[in-house]
Amino acid sequence: MLEIKCPYCGKRSQNEFSYGGDANIKRPLLGKEVSDKEWDDFVYYRENPRGNHSELWHHVSGCRQWFKVSRNTATHEIFKTAKLNEEL
Amino acid sequence: MSQKYRLDNIGYINRDKKISFTFNGKKYFGYEGDTLASALLANGIHLVGRSFKYHRPRGFFGAGVDEPNAKVQLYKGAKTEPNANATEVELVEDLIVKSQNCWPSVSFDFGAINNLFQKFFPAGFYYKTFMWPKSFWYKVYEPIIRKAAGLGVAPLKPDPDRYEHKYEYCDVLIAGSGPSGLASALAAAKNGARVILAEDKSRFGGSLLVDEVTIGNKKGKEWADEAISQLKSMPNVIVKNRSQVFGYYDHNMMVMFEKTRDHIENPNKFTPRQKLWYIRAKEIVISTGSLERPLIFGNNDRPGILLSSAAKEYLKVYGVLVGRKPIIFTNNDSAYDTAIEFKKNGINPLVVDTRTNSDSSVISEAKNLNIDIKFSHGIANTKGHLKVNSATIGKFNSDKSSYENLEEVSCDCICVSGNWTPTVHLSSQSGNKLKFNETIDAFIPSQSRQKESTIGSANGSFTLKQALEDGFNKGFELSNKITNKNSKSTAPTSNERSYGEHDKFWCMPLPKNKHYKRFVDFQNDVAVSDIELAVREGFRSIEHVKRYTTLGMATDQGKTSNLNGLQLVSNIEGKIVPEVGHTTFRPPYTAVTIGTIVGREVGKHYRPTRKSPMHEWHEKNNAVFVDAGLWLRPRYYKQDNESLEEAAKREANNVRKNVGVCDVTSLGKIDIKGPDTAEFLNRIYTNAWMKLPVGKARYGVMLREDGIVFDDGTTTRISENHFHMTTTTAQAVNVLAHLEYYLQVVWPELNVNVLSTTEQWAGAALAGPNSRELLSKLFPETNILNEALPFMGYKESDLFDVPARIFRISFSGELAYEINVESSYGTFMWEKIIEFGQEMNIEPYGTEALSTLRIEMGHVAGSELDGRTIPYDVSLEGMLSKKKDFIGKRSLTREAFLNPKREKVVGVIPLDKKTTIPEGSHLVKDGNASSPNPKLGHVSASCWSVEYNNPFSLAIIQDGKNRIGEKLYAVSPLNNKNIAVEIVSSHYVDPKGERVRS
Repeated sequence: MLEIKCPYCGKRSQNEFSYGGDANIKRPLLGKEVSDKEWDDFVYYRENPRGNHSELWHHVSGCRQWFKVSRNTATHEIFKTAKLNEEL
Repeated sequence: MSQKYRLDNIGYINRDKKISFTFNGKKYFGYEGDTLASALLANGIHLVGRSFKYHRPRGFFGAGVDEPNAKVQLYKGAKTEPNANATEVELVEDLIVKSQNCWPSVSFDFGAINNLFQKFFPAGFYYKTFMWPKSFWYKVYEPIIRKAAGLGVAPLKPDPDRYEHKYEYCDVLIAGSGPSGLASALAAAKNGARVILAEDKSRFGGSLLVDEVTIGNKKGKEWADEAISQLKSMPNVIVKNRSQVFGYYDHNMMVMFEKTRDHIENPNKFTPRQKLWYIRAKEIVISTGSLERPLIFGNNDRPGILLSSAAKEYLKVYGVLVGRKPIIFTNNDSAYDTAIEFKKNGINPLVVDTRTNSDSSVISEAKNLNIDIKFSHGIANTKGHLKVNSATIGKFNSDKSSYENLEEVSCDCICVSGNWTPTVHLSSQSGNKLKFNETIDAFIPSQSRQKESTIGSANGSFTLKQALEDGFNKGFELSNKITNKNSKSTAPTSNERSYGEHDKFWCMPLPKNKHYKRFVDFQNDVAVSDIELAVREGFRSIEHVKRYTTLGMATDQGKTSNLNGLQLVSNIEGKIVPEVGHTTFRPPYTAVTIGTIVGREVGKHYRPTRKSPMHEWHEKNNAVFVDAGLWLRPRYYKQDNESLEEAAKREANNVRKNVGVCDVTSLGKIDIKGPDTAEFLNRIYTNAWMKLPVGKARYGVMLREDGIVFDDGTTTRISENHFHMTTTTAQAVNVLAHLEYYLQVVWPELNVNVLSTTEQWAGAALAGPNSRELLSKLFPETNILNEALPFMGYKESDLFDVPARIFRISFSGELAYEINVESSYGTFMWEKIIEFGQEMNIEPYGTEALSTLRIEMGHVAGSELDGRTIPYDVSLEGMLSKKKDFIGKRSLTREAFLNPKREKVVGVIPLDKKTTIPEGSHLVKDGNASSPNPKLGHVSASCWSVEYNNPFSLAIIQDGKNRIGEKLYAVSPLNNKNIAVEIVSSHYVDPKGERVRS
């Protein structure tokens, strides 16, 4: 079980969090014309790297804040966690 | 002393306390401090069970976790426990023990016939034999194999015992209380670190319990005892015996089970049987020691043949002789310790050593004691039916491929030693890539991946001096990283025997023309010939050899067999062991009772139960409850001998005719505030929200980004910047997370706050033509006439001085209202509703009637919003704004979603107007066509329409409404139903929606 440092609450066990996927995905702006490919890329296509990954986590059984985590997907090492408005 | 094999003056058992127990129906006794194994051995019993495949007689082979053979069944009835390790079971009064895998008895076992036919049971036997005819598998082969497989018998009743979980945090967790573990615990604790020291046995000290060593000026055991009492007195230290650290998980999460009750004679009934500890440690010290490696020779599995370290442990810890005429068979010096212990206790052992010579101090000591040693010799075979009684010993030829001569030597036990294998399981589980150490011919940890340090013999350092130095250094170094106290303790001086090199030789040759079984893995009956066969048949990867032969599987996970198996594959393949590699070490290190893993999450404690504030009222009024997520909701209120269907009909009918009240507390409620709330809702919901007036509610549908319907509900504008959102019971939690995601991640510029208020409000829905009259009695001061409180209107008022919210919303399709009050007033509200509703013939209704009402109105719910449907599929296209963008809108123009053939919601009635269509039935053109019968759609929800008094269902079907009027068949092979049906509109009752506005 991972130990994740919530930027608001501090270190907590993984079972307090839920995973939210790639942190670098940007939703196309509302009302903007987007091609099928752009939309598919946004909705369906994700990188699945072996190694460092920037991702979102949600402290659901805690402060209910979303935040960013930089994690190695192979070793589970967590390098850094940051608030959404901070750099990872 | 009446026990034949018990000595008077040696061991740590309490001879003042006799303990009686039953083994295979016969009464025996042992002493407090015995294990089941030591007590049986003291009574001269070696034969404990039968092997898995050939049913060969088997006895004790080890003295601890490494035991492959002595698996027994404990107790009877619900308390029974299969596959208990006799070497780890502590003796308690009235313990009931039975041998496993034998019938009618352990000494005469009918299954042993397999042994005579062992030629026909080679590796991969099942895969090869039960292939033909194919139809025999399910009916003949599988049931027979199932009956023959497995060792013990699982209990048929629920476990009566109690298990607990515990979470703990520390600076340094130390697994194993041998010399290196104790040393590191002392060093870390004295340097101020919070330490947990765990030992799987009941006694601390590891090898110090059995080795003739001194530390400082004390005997090893005395030093260990003092170290433990010192550690126990320190407030920063937790010392646990009977506690096995069995799993190393990510981020230094260690899992350990502690046996807390089985060894206690009269336990308090609230004492848990075992505790599961989740320990998050900043640093882990793995001081798990090493296990002795067996030697392989003909018929090396007979009772009486065991590890030399086990023989020494039985002697020194329990005062038990495993035999009076022992042969010590070794390829290294450490077995001489055992020989010396025998000799000192008046027994004359014969040492058979595969090496040509050795001249370390332990050999000189043995020679000085006149111990008989045969160098360059090996054991080719053994004899003895239920227990070994002789060994065939031979002198090796020069390349050890055969024997120069063979002689029979009588014996009553054989103690084998093939040197030591470090216990690297936890290190490997941590992600540490192991490396092969050619000096000790075993794998040891190399680069740590997590915060883990392996020390002592687990790391291949087999001398006491090294173990103590490593322990003190590591304990200081690790603790100082955390405490910075610089309080260093140094290792005391120590004295021990010196040991020479071992022989790199484990598998004895067979004499000419002999085909003795030479076992590698005792628990799975894997012999040398099986491994040879596997390699011959082309299995190269060690992982494949393992699965084909079952080498190293089952409860002991190859603790004694892995390295010998690898060595054999290496030899056959002409490779070296590191090239063959090793199989993966996975948790748990030893078998863990399922009850311990489950803990208290049993039965209804498996998950939390959520109850509405009116729950007690429902109970008192004969509600039959149903699980709705975590909630318990009344399904129906039973009257007399009503069935579910009858009650649902009665309750739904009363709503259509009079008035009903339904507990809707479980609906998700989210309080939303902030100046941008209307804009936020406008983006989240598919319809328009900017112009919703204060005091009005609106129905809304949410999509996922992929266009699938996510949830629906009503949201009410309480004031300009304050909204009250409702969600379905099932999605309440997910909707909140969804809203938080968009507010925090996607649109942080929106000034909106969301908060779950599901449990803060109790909700009651009044539905039916009499509901307005009832409402006027409940709120006599408030104008609730149609003009003042129209459909989708909202008012705040007092319900007999209790502040209440009134929403005019309807799920049933009838004139309906929903009243919310603070949860603590829920029952008050409910009782007032019932009291004033009497004259209007009010009846409470449950979820079954609720479903009936919504189905016949054609309102889609969870069974249609099943995670596969888009708004067009479920007649929600009217909810899609064309003027604005919203979450998921772009997906709706994807090609597949525009396909006119998509499955869409319709109504279905049986032609006979009698037969209820089972939910999940497939709709097909021809009910009698042979399979595969093309499926046009499926029935999603069924009810008995109280409006028309016949069955009605909703279905999702290709081409949807274009099929209205078509005659099809609803088939449900599971229910053996084939029903002729007609497709109708999904809006069966009040299609224009006039009632809700009346």
